[in-house]
Amino acid sequence: MNVPTENHLTEEQLVLYYYSEASETAGVEEHLGACESCRKAYHSLQRVLNSVDSLPVPDLSADYETRLWSALDARLGRRKSFAARWLLWKPLVIAASMAVLIIAAFLTGRTLERPSNQQKSVADSGIRERVLLVAVGDHLERSQMVLVELANAGAPATGHLDISYEQRTAEDLLEANRLYRQTAASAGDFPTATLLEDLERVLLEIAHSPSTVSAKQLEDLRKQIEDKGILFKVKIFGSQVEQREAAPSKAGAASL
Amino acid sequence: MEDTDSVAVARVKAGDGDAYRVLVDRHSRSVFRLAYRMTGNQQDAEDVVQETFMRAYRQLHRWEARSSFSTWLYRIAANYSLDLVRARKRHAETAIDETPANQGAPDDAIHALPASSPGPDRLLFSDQVQKCVASTLDELSQQERTAFVLRHFEGQSIEEISAALGLSANAAKHSIFRAVQKLRRALEPMVSHAL
Ligand SMILES: [Zn+2]
Repeated sequence: MNVPTENHLTEEQLVLYYYSEASETAGVEEHLGACESCRKAYHSLQRVLNSVDSLPVPDLSADYETRLWSALDARLGRRKSFAARWLLWKPLVIAASMAVLIIAAFLTGRTLERPSNQQKSVADSGIRERVLLVAVGDHLERSQMVLVELANAGAPATGHLDISYEQRTAEDLLEANRLYRQTAASAGDFPTATLLEDLERVLLEIAHSPSTVSAKQLEDLRKQIEDKGILFKVKIFGSQVEQREAAPSKAGAASL
Repeated sequence: MEDTDSVAVARVKAGDGDAYRVLVDRHSRSVFRLAYRMTGNQQDAEDVVQETFMRAYRQLHRWEARSSFSTWLYRIAANYSLDLVRARKRHAETAIDETPANQGAPDDAIHALPASSPGPDRLLFSDQVQKCVASTLDELSQQERTAFVLRHFEGQSIEEISAALGLSANAAKHSIFRAVQKLRRALEPMVSHAL
């Protein structure tokens, strides 16, 4: 860093003074009052930092809040009402993992009658793809919640953070994840299978960590999530699913 | 203001989904401004806003009414912007070879000014400054940028920033210093003689 020659103020002191970081600026004002060269340096810094304020931010349209809300409403309200999501989180996960079994069986075609003609087979595969999309989309969204919770958890104030809730959820999700991964792989959907494989490793890590973690352990966990870029991949995949879901008719989605 | 925020949060927790809209309406534009300054891109910023409100909704039980709701939102937005931009950079780096370190966009912006500029055209000048600020922000590391934006535009203290980003106070401080240094190097030649 800049070593002060002849006890002049350093650039860092000037920056802290500009931002009124009081703890670090004792004596700065006096020095500025007495020293022409530091005063010049400070004025020049002021000009630079003031000019940063000129950075424009685009205007949003008048209906921005409305557009945003309808997008949020669609994402948040996809399963039941707000209240149901809020209060019934646990049962939902259990229900979902049971539904997974049924869906997986459906997708692999075990419970399905053989299509009698070409046309029916095309329609079936369309519906099947849609069902998988919606199911995997929901699964990813739930997984994302867990990852986000951990990635954003503040440093534990007491030295330890209770993550038993995330841990149990990760356990529940693991089972569903395995089934979806196998289904995707056997359907030849390798990008999805690969994503689910990455996700599985992270979920496994979470499920196997202690239910209360130290700051260090939390950091390690976070690093795991970060290193794999898994949140980003899940988000990208999720938005693709939403687009594909939104595209044609909702017939398949509604059957869930 | 904060009082009505906590009222709205309590209503959401009690099952009133529409109460969340109150919070979205109230805070989305300021979250957008922050997100735009952190990403430099309108589409990304809109994504950040949406994702911030999604995450906030899901983590509502983590919000403690003694901290301000908007500060909490900014914290989520800042972290998400960090993740988003970092992940994207990582992605880009694997796809394309490292671009040369000396891209010098701000310099280009300066050199693009006609040498025999007809007097101090204020509009042109401020346009150049804005472009230079934007391109210099783009060249910061995402941690530098996020820390700087929180300090400069949101008026958060170094202590608050280090807590929000999970950095040591020293790391937060030095991110800000580095950001200021780079901005200074790019902007000083432009703004020191003018005006
Ligand atoms: Zn001096």
